[in-house]
Amino acid sequence: MTAPAPTEPRPWRERVPAVLVLEDGRTFRGQAYGAVGETFGEAVFNTGMSGYQETLTDPSYHRQVVVMTAPQIGNTGWNDEDDESQQIWVSGYVVRDPARIPSNWRSNRSLDAELAAQGVVGISGVDTRALTRHLRERGAMRVGIFSGAAVAEPAELLQRVLRAPEMKGADLCAEVATNEPYVVPAVGEKKFTVAAVDLGIKAMTPQRMAERGIEVHVLPANSTAEDIYAVDPDGVFFSNGPGDPATADHQVAVLREVLARKTPFFGICFGNQILGRALGFGTYKLKYGHRGINQPVQDRGTGKVEVTAHNHGFAVEAPLDKVSDTPFGRAEVSHVCLNDDVVEGLQCLDTPAFSVQYHPEAAAGPHDAAYLFDRFVELMRGDNKHSAELMEGQRA
Amino acid sequence: MPKRTDIKSVLVIGSGPIVIGQAAEFDYSGTQACRVLRAEGLRVVLVNSNPATIMTDPEIADATYVEPITPEMVEKIIAKERPDVLLPTLGGQTALNTAISLHQAGTLDKYGVELIGANVEAINKGEDRELFKHVVEAVKAKIGYGESARSVICHSMEDVLAGVETLGGYPVVVRPSFTMGGAGSGFAHDEEDLRRIAGQGLALSPTTEVLLEESILGWKEYELELMRDKNDNVVVVCSIENFDPMGVHTGDSITVAPAMTLTDREYQILRDIGIAVIREVGVDTGGCNIQFAVNPEDGRVIVIEMNPRVSRSSALASKATGFPIAKIAAKLAVGYTLDEIPNDITEQTPASFEPALDYVVVKVPRFAFEKFPSADATLTTTMKSVGEAMAMGRNFPEALNKALRSLEKKGSQFTWVGEVGDKAELLVKAQVPTDGRINTVMQAIRAGATPEEVFESTKIDPWFVDQLFLLDEIARELAAAELLDPELLRHAKRHGFSDQQIGEIRGLKPDVVREVRHALGIRPVFKTVDTCAAEFAARTPYFYSSYDEESEVAPRTKPAVIILGSGPNRIGQGIEFDYSCVHASFALAEAGYETVMVNCNPETVSTDYDTSDRLYFEPLTLEDVLEIVHAEQAAGPVAGVLVQLGGQTPLGLAQALKENGVPIVGTQPEAIDLAEERGAFGRVLREAGLPAPKHGTAFSFAEAKAIADEIGYPVLARPSYVLGGRGMEIVYDEASLASYLERHAGLISEHPVLIDRFLDDAVEIDVDALYDGQELYLGGVMEHIEEAGIHSGDSACALPPITLGGFDSKRLRASTEAIAAGVGVRGLINIQFALAGDILYVLEANPRASRTVPFTSKATAVPLAKAAARISLGSTIAELRAEGLLPAEGDGGTLPADCPISVKEAVMPWSRFRDIHGRGVDTVLGPEMRSTGEVMGIDKVFGTAYAKAQAGAYGALPTKGKVFVSVANRDKRNLVFPARALVELGFEVLATGGTAEVLQRAGIPSTLVRKHSDGEGPNGERTVVQLIHDGEVDLIINTPYGTGGRMDGYEIRTAAVSRGVPCLTTVQAMGAAVQGIDALVRGEVGVMSLQEHAALINAGRK
Repeated sequence: MTAPAPTEPRPWRERVPAVLVLEDGRTFRGQAYGAVGETFGEAVFNTGMSGYQETLTDPSYHRQVVVMTAPQIGNTGWNDEDDESQQIWVSGYVVRDPARIPSNWRSNRSLDAELAAQGVVGISGVDTRALTRHLRERGAMRVGIFSGAAVAEPAELLQRVLRAPEMKGADLCAEVATNEPYVVPAVGEKKFTVAAVDLGIKAMTPQRMAERGIEVHVLPANSTAEDIYAVDPDGVFFSNGPGDPATADHQVAVLREVLARKTPFFGICFGNQILGRALGFGTYKLKYGHRGINQPVQDRGTGKVEVTAHNHGFAVEAPLDKVSDTPFGRAEVSHVCLNDDVVEGLQCLDTPAFSVQYHPEAAAGPHDAAYLFDRFVELMRGDNKHSAELMEGQRA
Repeated sequence: MPKRTDIKSVLVIGSGPIVIGQAAEFDYSGTQACRVLRAEGLRVVLVNSNPATIMTDPEIADATYVEPITPEMVEKIIAKERPDVLLPTLGGQTALNTAISLHQAGTLDKYGVELIGANVEAINKGEDRELFKHVVEAVKAKIGYGESARSVICHSMEDVLAGVETLGGYPVVVRPSFTMGGAGSGFAHDEEDLRRIAGQGLALSPTTEVLLEESILGWKEYELELMRDKNDNVVVVCSIENFDPMGVHTGDSITVAPAMTLTDREYQILRDIGIAVIREVGVDTGGCNIQFAVNPEDGRVIVIEMNPRVSRSSALASKATGFPIAKIAAKLAVGYTLDEIPNDITEQTPASFEPALDYVVVKVPRFAFEKFPSADATLTTTMKSVGEAMAMGRNFPEALNKALRSLEKKGSQFTWVGEVGDKAELLVKAQVPTDGRINTVMQAIRAGATPEEVFESTKIDPWFVDQLFLLDEIARELAAAELLDPELLRHAKRHGFSDQQIGEIRGLKPDVVREVRHALGIRPVFKTVDTCAAEFAARTPYFYSSYDEESEVAPRTKPAVIILGSGPNRIGQGIEFDYSCVHASFALAEAGYETVMVNCNPETVSTDYDTSDRLYFEPLTLEDVLEIVHAEQAAGPVAGVLVQLGGQTPLGLAQALKENGVPIVGTQPEAIDLAEERGAFGRVLREAGLPAPKHGTAFSFAEAKAIADEIGYPVLARPSYVLGGRGMEIVYDEASLASYLERHAGLISEHPVLIDRFLDDAVEIDVDALYDGQELYLGGVMEHIEEAGIHSGDSACALPPITLGGFDSKRLRASTEAIAAGVGVRGLINIQFALAGDILYVLEANPRASRTVPFTSKATAVPLAKAAARISLGSTIAELRAEGLLPAEGDGGTLPADCPISVKEAVMPWSRFRDIHGRGVDTVLGPEMRSTGEVMGIDKVFGTAYAKAQAGAYGALPTKGKVFVSVANRDKRNLVFPARALVELGFEVLATGGTAEVLQRAGIPSTLVRKHSDGEGPNGERTVVQLIHDGEVDLIINTPYGTGGRMDGYEIRTAAVSRGVPCLTTVQAMGAAVQGIDALVRGEVGVMSLQEHAALINAGRK
């Protein structure tokens, strides 16, 4: 291992002051981290103790200012392998104690440098626990971070925060998704083709499918059913993504066609909310969401608990205690979060479709739920008897 | 699926006496388990020979057996209690090994007892190195990750040289097969080393076989704590990263939670391996700990080992996260699944999750090398620390600084004043892991070392190295700043600098720094340990301090009592004091107070979040305690601070707390001073007309010499204000006195040295008593087995006293009362007396809970610490008698005639230490305490009780075979009767020249054996040391000659330790052992629970 290159950390007294202003007026002071300037977004907190690189590059965090509850961030620097997309998506970053030097054999540069290079405005030195408790009690809300020339009188800063758009009602998928279709080839022998609609997809998702012999055709967010069926898919996948699912009318309509044609379907996160809507369920905004990699989810079919990665501010409103009748036959809640009984998965009983609200692809997070990709493969294996058994099995 | 309905009663095995590597953490885990199982409605039967534990409190289990944890005794308990199941995973290796023995002997089958928590196959797979290697291979086949260190078996030097190539080059570890205690193993850095070590290894190995293993020295080391339930749900409770790289036992490493230098990819690989290992091993209802080494060059992961049970690390992980591993393990064992168990802290969410930390936890080990000057202080893969302190902060530097000052040891904190030293020398010194290496590293940084140089020298991860540089930069800025401005002060506090450190750097008194800080409003806030990084509201007030913005201490209405704990375990201040603190908390909560515990020891019951109403996991320094008092006074009324139960640590803070306006409850600081300060105490004794050995107090050699000349040698010299006889020695002449003062200059710099006349051949007596200002309650009188001059903590003792008569006990009571009244005790007092030539001398008085309080409480079935806590808050003994907390009549000095005899025996850590040449350290007892723990034996007669205590401490006394006797001249007269008794009991007596002659003259047959110094005889006659090594000696009696200790005795005693042969080093112990052996030979040894014991005593009281 090469010892750390001699770096001269910037003396603490010379750090640029920064201020964080919440829309209810609560203010935290700290030092600029990453780029200097101003930024706005929805303030949310993430409780993961590892995986900041994956978090920062997760498109679902688009237009959100992420508060890390883990106090020491940046210790392993930034590498060229762990990005979940082409860029950092968070609109702002809040940490307590940034690393002064990175230390990891895969590190290529420091987190600070990467944030600055990508123009991400952040703040450090903040009592992130106080901020988290505030968000927990008051709910996720708009926030602004200001440093350098952007700093002004508190009242003025608050006005700027209040002028920023809210997350509720935000239609953001198209802003983060690919414009052009691309293909992630299967690893080894190709067994299936999947049309994956990119609503903010993370790189690990097609990779997990590819590992199982799936050729993944990643399609833009606004793809139509024709676009999807143009790749002659064995299965259709809707990814995670940012924004309010209530705005995703186009994707809901497309998914209804897929369901009507009984093409095997799997959705993650935003994809779960779209399946919910396609089945006729509503969605709603959680007070402060689930963002972390330690959430206990129970598979109601097997009773087993998996520790899972979450990143969602919205959830599906579906009855936990009964099988629902939907335009596509019977459906039920397959997974539930044990912390707060939020719906974490849906399962159609008469249509080959299921989805989860959380992240079986992990990155960051535990691999406990990777079996869901196997379930998707089973579903596509097309032998109906098998998938019927599978569904029965899940209900038992 | 809820809990199993087929279990009605459960046997829990504890871990026995506190020893290095198996300490108070198992009291914590066992107590949690017993309480949980009882709450589930099960009948809990507990066996643990350690009286100093909370778990052996009569109210924790339904039937508590303070009996030796041997398969024979446990079988007797099983036969009597007929439990349905046995839970062996919460009592460390002792419990696990005992359970396996019971299984192998067919005892469990015979009585239909099911093993729960782990099955035999899983235990074997986890514990057996070869089987575990297969487990790791199976895991790799399944998930593609994880491997064991590469190794090759070699039978010749050619094999060895080729083996190095196979392993990928030097360095390699050489391990000869089938040698005792790893003899002959070592690291080879080049071919020359290899030829030497492997050559020797091949010769030493009876099978001419050595194992070559790739070296993973210097790799990063990690641990995961996992739990699994019967539905195969697995959670990782905590990740731990070792600050010290591979090569240092994790118990001796500075460790950090959560892991600091892993990306998510790498962490998830460890997690995947951990889960696959726990599944493959088959731990299906409980916890385990898995250790990993990670190559910092490429991330290659080696699975080092796993413990298929609750471990020291699980105690640490529980305290670090708020996730009660032992409690949950117990629930899983009786059939619950993780999702059925609520998280106590949030109450809303289940235990089937993985805690998220929004703080950094640092654990630092505490060593006791000063007690074993000849022991090699290099840290290796054998654990040598005797305790640990843990601290939390909002960043690593804050937590580290807090942890280092929690150690409460001179030099444990970083210092930036004084000579820096030579950089190159410091870097060389830092290469070898030792106690305090981190301080050496900081000195090297001060001396101008670069981060690269520090990394090259230590292999400590560069991120950690940089954090040390950060601290150094702040220290330099503090030193250079013209003005200690608020920003700089805040910046330093945010990184954990203590007022004392800042003061030292700035040339200010810590009090001045504190006053400036308070004037500027720079105070810490208190954050909550909540398992979830604030995602959910916490219901449990478990706090740590940090210099941050928002405090979470909630207001309260009831008056609070702040109980100061005893800090890290060390020799002389161990779990006994935690016991007293926990009792105080229970008693005061019952009496309507809000109890607030302050402690920094993660191994204890006191730092369990549900022991007290509020827990502050904080260092026990004046600064930290004052801030807690401030926060609590802001939260509601504070009745006061209780300092007399946590040993010397809180006692040492009493005066300063009072000076800062903090109310101290119970015995006042002035009274504490009266007992500690020799002159003042002498006046108390004179006024009461009590004799003390001649003594004096000296600040210099001249003074000391004058006193010693007057008293006459030998004298007992010791520093004042210390616990555990630290620095106490019997000094035989003036030259030794001079050298004594030189060696202990550090201890004596602040307080004077005490010189006492040494009473030869005196019987030493310990008394624990309560005093409320009016009435004395004599808690118990303990007669020491060993004579005065051996530290009371290392001496065995009996309660009630076995040879003292009614007149003696009357004198003891009167003296105790006079001292308690004269000093002004309100609560507990411990007094040591010596009875010499019918004069009862007062040796010393300690106006606080003593080490013997738990023993006395159990032996007399009276909760002394609870009573002391109540008296401290103003209750009288009469009120407590009326209430039933104390017996209505009588006390520990008037026990019924048929009261069973309780014997306490000390447990010594000899086997843990080696000198730099790899030889054992001498085992002779002296005035400086060196025991780490104790056991208790209870029976109707002394002999059996003593035999039980021996069995609990060192393994059973033999009932037949060969006994080797070799005693000092002064002991020869006392040798005759016990030796004759041993012969009559059927033993063959072996003796060397002088002793054999004495025996012969007394008509006692003995076999002459060669001394070690004689060497092997011309016809291959073996020396006694060889006989011991060959396993032909069953009992050894060897008292040391004179002062220096002759090599012969040393060789005999160290051989005894390495072979595990009982070795008695005083004639008094020999006498007691003979009685014990006699009892064992003559009769069936029964078992009796503490509850039965208490019923017996209470019946006698009525």
